[in-house]
Amino acid sequence: MPLYRAHVLVCGGTGCTSGGSDKIYDAFLKEIEAQNLKDEIQVIRTGCFGLCAEGPIVIVYPEGAFYSKVADSDVKEIVEEHLLKGRIVKRLLYKESIEEGQIKSLNEVKFYKKQMRIALRNCGVINPENIEEYIAYDGYKALAKVLTEMTPEQVIDWVKRSGLRGRGGGGFPTGLKWEFAAKAPGDVKYVVCNADEGDPGAYMDRSILEGDPHSVIEAMAIAGYAIGSKQGYVYVRAEYPLAVKRLEIAIEQARQYGLLGKNILGTGFEFDIEIRLGAGAFVCGEETALMTSIEGHRGEPRPRPPFPAVKGLWGKPTLLNNVETYANIPVIILKGPEWFASIGTEKSKGTKVFALVGKVNNTGLIEVPMGTTVREIVEDIGGGIPGGKKFKAVQTGGPSGGCIPASLMDTPIDFDSLTALGTMMGSGGMIVMDEDTCMVDIAKFFLEFTVDESCGKCPPCRIGTRRMLEILQKITSGNGTEEDLEKLEELAYSIKDSALCGLGQTAPNPVLSTLRYFRDEYEAHVKEKRCPAGACKALLRIVIDKDLCKGCGICAKNCPANAITGQIKKPFEIDQSKCIKCGVCIEKCPFKAISKKA
Amino acid sequence: MIKSIQELEEIRKKALEELEFRKQHGEGIRVVVGMATCGIAAGARPVMLKFVEEIQKRNLRNVTVVQTGCIGLCKYEPIVEVYEPNKEKVTYVKMTPEKVLKVVAEHLVNGKPVYEYTIGYEENKEANN
Repeated sequence: MPLYRAHVLVCGGTGCTSGGSDKIYDAFLKEIEAQNLKDEIQVIRTGCFGLCAEGPIVIVYPEGAFYSKVADSDVKEIVEEHLLKGRIVKRLLYKESIEEGQIKSLNEVKFYKKQMRIALRNCGVINPENIEEYIAYDGYKALAKVLTEMTPEQVIDWVKRSGLRGRGGGGFPTGLKWEFAAKAPGDVKYVVCNADEGDPGAYMDRSILEGDPHSVIEAMAIAGYAIGSKQGYVYVRAEYPLAVKRLEIAIEQARQYGLLGKNILGTGFEFDIEIRLGAGAFVCGEETALMTSIEGHRGEPRPRPPFPAVKGLWGKPTLLNNVETYANIPVIILKGPEWFASIGTEKSKGTKVFALVGKVNNTGLIEVPMGTTVREIVEDIGGGIPGGKKFKAVQTGGPSGGCIPASLMDTPIDFDSLTALGTMMGSGGMIVMDEDTCMVDIAKFFLEFTVDESCGKCPPCRIGTRRMLEILQKITSGNGTEEDLEKLEELAYSIKDSALCGLGQTAPNPVLSTLRYFRDEYEAHVKEKRCPAGACKALLRIVIDKDLCKGCGICAKNCPANAITGQIKKPFEIDQSKCIKCGVCIEKCPFKAISKKA
Repeated sequence: MIKSIQELEEIRKKALEELEFRKQHGEGIRVVVGMATCGIAAGARPVMLKFVEEIQKRNLRNVTVVQTGCIGLCKYEPIVEVYEPNKEKVTYVKMTPEKVLKVVAEHLVNGKPVYEYTIGYEENKEANN
């Protein structure tokens, strides 16, 4: 293997790719070729670095220069200045990574300081399309260890002792699940990876598959050994083309290297993995629906029990875990269950990956020890709320979850504390909201999502959620009554009790949780016909400030509804019954005399 | 096709060598080559390439070669500075690919700086002339 004097790592995560990192990668290859540096410098596409808000990101080693918001037009300068002459291009450096002109180590940047990367350990570090880089960082060593030094029972015992709980959302103890699958009678068993990530705003599973696909493959092979299975399936949605491509490459390479297939590492153990593409239906993330879909049927859930560990794919015992859960396994095997159990809180061990999105400065992918508080995540890692606005709440768990209000910001995040707050971990989406977010509107957004995604098999979910949505639409349009609030709650509880699967049972959660912490907002909508956050369009009033208005008439000329009238040089007025709240007058007024009022 | 754990370990070791310097710098020896316009004009590029080649040939895993801008003494270019942890830096001047061979062998491998190539030696020489 040739030695290079510098490595250029270009982020190949979906965020940076949509920001043009493909072009940046090509530009580097071209420019390096043009400058005749091909033998000295290696350009590598990695997985997600995490700091998506600053993408596209390029890191140049050995200096560790962290370039953010790079454009393909910047590449020439980086090559000519940095790679050719060794002068770091300061204007492109991520501002937090420089101190007194010196580049700080990435771990010292605020965004990374409070993080602990276990599941994301290789994301942004290795080239996901090169199995040797994964092997270099102890890849497949855990598989080798279990195959040669451990019995299946010991592997299960280690996973149990580590305290790892399912990262897909429910938080079921992983080791216990493995034990059930191992003990279930039957010669044919399956190992399935759930990569059907559907929560709005969540993308951790995708990033792991894109940045470190081998960690999932290795873990599935370990699971296969532990429960006695020869065949694995990764169920991934077709909307994740990059993840699918990297996974395909990784599986192929693992086969070539003899790490999948027959007689793995000469031990006689046999295991292989196939990919199954999902059409991107939210319900297919539910385990029974997922398996039905793999079997080739329409992805609809069925009642449990029997649980998949007993009766899963094609009626055979099946072990089903999500991507992030698997990504933790090789590290647990290498570092031991006690090491893993020493991280996190009493009942939630290890770390959790979150997709930090919404009204926060550093949006991106983060991994923190369980027990980190909302405040640490939003303020320290997230860098606070943009535009000096006030923090209002954070939504976790997607459509199955709920909100944590500002007053509970110091809650340490783990499975149980979130459940106690009426929300949940979910797959790890974390949507930060500021004072301009209307909580009724948010509840409506998530309900629209579930109504769209309901498979329709059971009436509580198919009809019930639609009725709830109608009530929320009524409230946000200013026609809600106090009775509606009662009806909404009643409906929510009965859907929770009667829906067939997890999707329906949790669909009312966003409503219940916002009612719990932000009931006053609902009441303002219903009683005063007012939206305190100023987000619900129908409840806004657009008004002209008489003192600021110079009577120029520009607003009246631009109003598409002819709602503004007045005499030149005298204050104009808006007829609220005609106003369609489009806001054109606000934009056009040269004196900033027109504004929205809640 | 990996047939045994030993083979896996061999691949790991080899692959790791290539990735070693992606870790944050701080440990190990750093060879810093001045690569501003003056340095390049004076021939810094072949010097740097020679360093890379020699380091690879000798499999020196604790050494990284990096570039820097103008060190400020253009008349002594190409300039190469060697930083070792807990030691004073050594500045080599008027470097050539031939001199690199000796620096790598004596300084990087055996820990003995080659004084006749250093700036102190050159300055004395000029002062005596």
